Amino acid sequence: MLFNRAKSIESSIDKYLENILTAGLIFESGIKEYFENKFEKFEERTKEIQKLESESDEIRREIKYKLYKELLIPDARGDVLGLLETLDNVIDTAEMVMIRFSIEKPTIWPELKDDFLELTSASVKSVFELVSASRAFFREITKVADSLIQVHFWEHEADKIEERIMRKAFEGTFIAELSQKVHMRYFAERISMLADEAEDVADRLDIYTIKRSI
Amino acid sequence: MSTIIIFLSSGLFLGWSLGANDAANVWGTAVGTRMVSFKKAALVASIFILLGAVISGSGASHTLGKLGAINELAGAFTVALAAALSVFWMTKAALPVSTSQAIVGAIIGWNLFSGSVIDMKALTKILGTWIFSPILSAVVAIILYFIISSILKHWKIHLIRLDGMTRVALLAAGAFGSYSLGANNIANVMGVFVHSASGMFTDISFGGLFTLNGVQQLFFIGGIAIAVGVFTYSKRVMMTVGSGIYELTPITAFIVVLSSSIVLFLFASKGLQNLLISHNLPSFPLVPVSSSQSIVGAVIGIGIAKGGKNLNLKVLGRISAGWVATPVIAAAVAFITLFIVQNVFSQVVY
Repeated sequence: MLFNRAKSIESSIDKYLENILTAGLIFESGIKEYFENKFEKFEERTKEIQKLESESDEIRREIKYKLYKELLIPDARGDVLGLLETLDNVIDTAEMVMIRFSIEKPTIWPELKDDFLELTSASVKSVFELVSASRAFFREITKVADSLIQVHFWEHEADKIEERIMRKAFEGTFIAELSQKVHMRYFAERISMLADEAEDVADRLDIYTIKRSI
Repeated sequence: MSTIIIFLSSGLFLGWSLGANDAANVWGTAVGTRMVSFKKAALVASIFILLGAVISGSGASHTLGKLGAINELAGAFTVALAAALSVFWMTKAALPVSTSQAIVGAIIGWNLFSGSVIDMKALTKILGTWIFSPILSAVVAIILYFIISSILKHWKIHLIRLDGMTRVALLAAGAFGSYSLGANNIANVMGVFVHSASGMFTDISFGGLFTLNGVQQLFFIGGIAIAVGVFTYSKRVMMTVGSGIYELTPITAFIVVLSSSIVLFLFASKGLQNLLISHNLPSFPLVPVSSSQSIVGAVIGIGIAKGGKNLNLKVLGRISAGWVATPVIAAAVAFITLFIVQNVFSQVVY
């Protein structure tokens, strides 16, 4: 009875983490497709991520309800819900960035294309490592630290690429209008925000892990 | 029968306070962290304390009997009363106190009052055990800590499943702890009455399946008093223990309860003692020890296992002070109350 209940919540948590991972994959493919002018495919990806976001919200609510109703993990309940809620910010950010791309349709400058793809890849890697760290938090607490180091590494990489894009946009001569320079900066910042959100969760996870180590 | 109950009342009061305080040592962390509900804890505690008292209670009580064979019912009443009063006053004064130490002090007070010779061998055995029990508890906790850490590292159990397993483990350790508490500490509650009152009970046979002798019936009554203490007063203490004093995770709480239960059991089980002796192994003396000190010992053990950062030397100082202060105070109280009972109430106390 007790273990059946545990199993159902365990699979909900696994599914939730899987969704964060999938969101990262969709995000990376979507941005790539945008920069390759495959706008129809990009729009499909945007719909996919919106669907995934609302599904994840549902799973999160279900986990929260079960944890409180069945009085599970009283000592770690707050931390687990805190983790799931901040992980939700990651998926929200991914969705929000894609919607902005879809609405604002930033110009694709060949001079910046590779940098944007590199930035997307670094940000998404930080999300992947965050999912590994979160999985480790539930099953193998000693492995959390290794993944967290990688989250911080990729966030730092994303920051560097973001700065590179901004310098190129403002210092280069290929973009004439200031508004378009600002637009490039805006999107570099948004994509990099995904890594920032991942790092915020990583910082929390660090504390939760110290609390959980017996 | 009514005279027996009147005279037993001081022991029953002691039992009640033991139930209120010491059950919290066993269940405090589990209930305080809300891993086990109070109702469940109180029910399991009462059943297992009774079983421990009736089945394995005689060993430690025998050692107390050696220290002072209190032969008069009024004497036994006064000794238990003196111990209960000492526990009550020391608790009020927020001093660390243990019923085991109070009752030994009170028996020594009776020895001094009645002019009986103190069995120094029994006394040294008891004092040695008091010093040894928290140390042993710490050692057991350190060993368990490393075993459980390595199991958790290798088995990769999901947090949620681990939660369920920890609850079951806490319940099992609590049941074992309650059994050991009943076995080891019933001597404090009823031990002094064994010589004077157990002869007044006739053996009760349950359909030829098993028989409860006088001592066991006495221990059963004492066990009931402890159980009443658990149900009526231990919840508050459990909440303090669980959420205040020891900052433990449910798993370390389990290790602490298991370690101190093992120690209490080692110093109470006749069966284990016989087994060790029959294999020519050193055995443990059957002596009532303090469950609080075993718990504190285990908590310190966890601190050492974690790298010694959480060690609080003040706690160690308080424990050592308790070894001296409690018996001395209880002996003094016993001497004075025996004098009053003998001279004011004209009762034969030895």
